[in-house]
Amino acid sequence: MAFIDHKARLLGAAAAIGAGLLLASPAAIAQDAPKGKIVIGNWDGYMPPDLLERFKAATGIEAELTVHATNEEVMGKVVAGGGKGYDVLFVSAPFAQALNALKLSAPIDHAKIPNLANLYPEGSQLKYDPGNTFSVPYAWGTTGLCYRTDLVEGSPDSWAALMTPPDALKGKITMLATDRWLLGAGFKSLGFSVNETDPAKIDQARDALIAAKKNLLSYDDTTFYSKLVSGEASLVHAWDGWCNYGIAENKDIKYVIPKEGTDLWTDTMVVTSASENKDAAHAFIDFVLSEDVGKWVTENIMYKTPNKKAMEALDPALLEQFPNMKMTPAELLAQEQMVDVGQAQKAYSRTVTEIMNAK
Amino acid sequence: MTSPRLSRTILMAPGLGWLALFLLVPCLLVFFNAFYERGIYGGVDYDAFTTENFARLIDPLYVEVFLGSARIALITTVLAVLIGYPAAYAITLASPGAQTRLLILAMLPFWTNYLIRTYAWMVLLNRTGLINAGLIDAGVITEPLPLLYNEFAVILGLVYSYVPFVILAAYASLARLDRSLIEASADLGASGARTFLKVVLPLTLPGVAAGSVFVFVLSIGNFITPDLLGGGHVQMLGNLIYDQFLTARDWPFGAALSMLLIAVMMVLLFTQAVVVHRASARSGGRA
Repeated sequence: MAFIDHKARLLGAAAAIGAGLLLASPAAIAQDAPKGKIVIGNWDGYMPPDLLERFKAATGIEAELTVHATNEEVMGKVVAGGGKGYDVLFVSAPFAQALNALKLSAPIDHAKIPNLANLYPEGSQLKYDPGNTFSVPYAWGTTGLCYRTDLVEGSPDSWAALMTPPDALKGKITMLATDRWLLGAGFKSLGFSVNETDPAKIDQARDALIAAKKNLLSYDDTTFYSKLVSGEASLVHAWDGWCNYGIAENKDIKYVIPKEGTDLWTDTMVVTSASENKDAAHAFIDFVLSEDVGKWVTENIMYKTPNKKAMEALDPALLEQFPNMKMTPAELLAQEQMVDVGQAQKAYSRTVTEIMNAK
Repeated sequence: MTSPRLSRTILMAPGLGWLALFLLVPCLLVFFNAFYERGIYGGVDYDAFTTENFARLIDPLYVEVFLGSARIALITTVLAVLIGYPAAYAITLASPGAQTRLLILAMLPFWTNYLIRTYAWMVLLNRTGLINAGLIDAGVITEPLPLLYNEFAVILGLVYSYVPFVILAAYASLARLDRSLIEASADLGASGARTFLKVVLPLTLPGVAAGSVFVFVLSIGNFITPDLLGGGHVQMLGNLIYDQFLTARDWPFGAALSMLLIAVMMVLLFTQAVVVHRASARSGGRA
């Protein structure tokens, strides 16, 4: 099995961009390119570092990146400012639904994104937005257990490994702390839906998660894979793509979906209603969905993308190295789709506050 | 010709304007927002007036967070004074040139970013970190000690960060201390310990009070250190407020919590001002 060094791949990607820049002669730039600069809001490190340069070389449109650490953080800013200052936002599906409900997202004009045709049919029919009316899927995947096969005995395959760990794992596990995924682990371990809205069941999940807290090394949404690589943690609650960052550095790391099932989350691209340059924003989304850029993005972020053309063009060695990249749309759809829970969101965030502050 | 009164007003105007615009107005905004309900997706629902956010402050869960934060801040303050005051005293005994160098050394950590200094503690304290690895290699321990992600780590991080404030505040008081008073106390037969307790300490109390209040106020509102060194196991008032604004998106409750913190700080700063005023009045009377 070819073990591809992450850095070597990044260098390869950099070389590819260089070539891309040379090829993009001024004549190739469309004469009717939309003018003005657009601002993209994305998670830090969730797209190739040179994507925007390559976008400018290909379309002549200037784009600027601002980063956020969590959905909640960017939602706070966007809700406070009415979406001004952003043209394209990368947020998870429930938050795209919230933006739509708040009328902060613009309708997606399919005529301006011909590369939507590159998506898997399943990618356009997800429950949170069938037909991509206000969002376009960017990446999708599952949430599960990411662990060191050399440090964990047996093969954990249940949420119980996090919720009621064996003694050997106590103090060596981390859990995600963002509300949807923390509660999701609690819900699934109890056999509930990841979109549960019944207050009694939310309370039950809260109590289970408070009981699980004492066995955690820490809550961690951003550096859990480094803790796995350093050996500080043996098993972490992780998004599959982020587990791949660990696998890239240590091939003893493995990802597994718990047998009770998990969520299918989708990270989406949304055009803001406040955008003054919606044509350029659509052009950016179209650029990301093109086959070669989509392939490059997928290789770079190591998350599965709903871009069929891009996924099919991937190097088979990459799929061997990161087995969870091989998951098919059918396998993904076997998991429960995460959607907005509306009013229950208030109870969710209050419950997470209670869990975080419980002794 | 301007009267002294008019020139004083003109001189103070920029400072007062600054404070009004960037301190008073924001505080009032925070205060008003605390009286509304949150929106489903964050923001504030200005159609729904409520006092529930203040009622929620006395929920035992949050009272415990507040008391826990106050306890951690108090322990931090006591430790910082126990370390910082003797250090400041020692500095005043050095030659004037050496005093400057020693004070610069005390302030040196501030030249590095707070986050980096906190991350450095994570490198030192984690299970496979320098301290645990060193102790295991030396055969002192076989299992790594739980040094990180607990209250010990948080207090250590806070004390480390804030000791310089105590050193500077105590030094300012100690350096102004009239040496002849110590000599007089010795001439009148007081022992070293008695001189310290009856003369040096009371006269430098304003410095200790200033340093203590600084450390306490900075500690109780801190959220970076408990977040990084506590790993979610140690939740302080600062974290609770931070989470309400950035994670839970419950701005009104965050605003109510902020008002509580501001009230605590105002009481402490007022108390400190009274202590300083009394102490200076007393020393003024003796001089």
